[in-house]
Amino acid sequence: MITAELKKKLWSAQGGMELDLQFELGTGESLTLYGDSGAGKTSTLRMLAGLLPPDSGRIVVHGETWYDADKNIDLPPQKRDIGFVFQDYALFPNLTARQNLAFGLRRGEAEDFLEELIEISGLGELQHKKPGQLSGGQQQRVALARALIRKPKLLLLDEPMSALDHQMRNQLQDFLLDAQNRYRFTVILVSHDLGEVIKLSDRVAVLESGLICKEGSPAEVFMQHKISGKFQFSGRILHIQQEEVVWIITLLIATNVVKVVVSENESRELQVGDQVVVASKAFNPILNKV
Amino acid sequence: MLEGTPLKITFELAAVTTVLLFFVSIPLAFWLSSSRSKVKPIIETLVSMPLVLPPTVLGFYFLLAFSPSNSFGQWLDEWLGIQLIFSFPGLVIASMVYSLPFMVHPIQSGLASLPTSIKEASYLMGKSRYTTLYKILLPNIKSSLLTGIVLSFAHTVGEFGVVLMIGGNIPGETRVASIAIYDQVEALNYGAANFYSMVLFAITFSILLLVYLVNGGYLKKFWR
Repeated sequence: MITAELKKKLWSAQGGMELDLQFELGTGESLTLYGDSGAGKTSTLRMLAGLLPPDSGRIVVHGETWYDADKNIDLPPQKRDIGFVFQDYALFPNLTARQNLAFGLRRGEAEDFLEELIEISGLGELQHKKPGQLSGGQQQRVALARALIRKPKLLLLDEPMSALDHQMRNQLQDFLLDAQNRYRFTVILVSHDLGEVIKLSDRVAVLESGLICKEGSPAEVFMQHKISGKFQFSGRILHIQQEEVVWIITLLIATNVVKVVVSENESRELQVGDQVVVASKAFNPILNKV
Repeated sequence: MLEGTPLKITFELAAVTTVLLFFVSIPLAFWLSSSRSKVKPIIETLVSMPLVLPPTVLGFYFLLAFSPSNSFGQWLDEWLGIQLIFSFPGLVIASMVYSLPFMVHPIQSGLASLPTSIKEASYLMGKSRYTTLYKILLPNIKSSLLTGIVLSFAHTVGEFGVVLMIGGNIPGETRVASIAIYDQVEALNYGAANFYSMVLFAITFSILLLVYLVNGGYLKKFWR
């Protein structure tokens, strides 16, 4: 069980902002922090990790107090049991993939777990290469495996997959789910990608200027329109175009571009870049083998 | 009269100064690159002062501070038995201060150019600041370290004012090549002056050329 209450005055391009969050998370659960950039997602992760001091609040993880402003407790990052995957991966350029992982081993610790991680992350052939010789997706796998080497109670991921193509993302998401099943750590993820959020998290907290404005399961948060249909996808608007009396919305759903027709009224609420849910009911999808 | 002693003293001084400076500058540069302390601008200014101050100013104050007629100089003499004025150890200390920015600045900017996340990742893997610095940060700024070492060495070789003020031009003890050149010219011994000058020119040119070759990656094909 993880309990966090965090307050912090943050400065961003838009001026000052008061971050004020409270959340609880069960062991083995995954929570996604979702929201616009500058909403305080990364700052929240950094406060949990001990890299950014909150102004006040409390962080208790599995009964151990990591931070308590009133009692003057503030464990340094070294003492917090955390795996962190940075947005830029933060691999050590002077060490090979294997050495990057091995750096986290405690003194005299056996290398069984290291071997296991290299095995399940598929790094066997790449383990003796340095980060500069690896592709983005491979570096990402090293970063994820490295974050798990100390068997952390809590894994924090800061938009780890934003720079990867779709297929690579899928592989990594599967690796993450597999690892979470094996080692039962709790996950807090920052993500912009709806598909990723829905696939990876049990719960979503939507942040808006430092506050949680919506919280719940991904379905509750993103599909609140209560469409009864079973056939629905989330996507992003790429283009809005008027054609005679109808409006054609071009959507990106995963890697597919799809066009949907809406009325003028409906189109007024939509903007390029919006995340939307496309749903349909009372029809039979036709499935053809290709 | 042509002799090699001034050159020997010059390179001894440069070597000792560079080695000591290297170990002093690493913690200092690490602190400067990561600290948000309020005294940091003052320390930064002090480190950079030798760049702009005439060496004679430094030499003058060292002379005053280390003088046995002064309480600090007296204390050094009585308690440690060291006399810093007109001696080789005094030259080393003065040279270290004089060349400090040439070692600290490259290391500091090298450390600052590394992404902070690398340092944080190491902390989150349970490693101390010390381990992080020696195992992760320094190995990734090798070219900055090389630049610092070479610039400090070359700068110490080229020192004149400080050495003259505090060393006092004692043959075989504190007479370095740059001062010997001055002496020989005054004595109209152009041949000897030319000898020292040529050696200094050739050696400093080669050292600097080596740095640019290494840091520019021109030599990679030879060892890879």
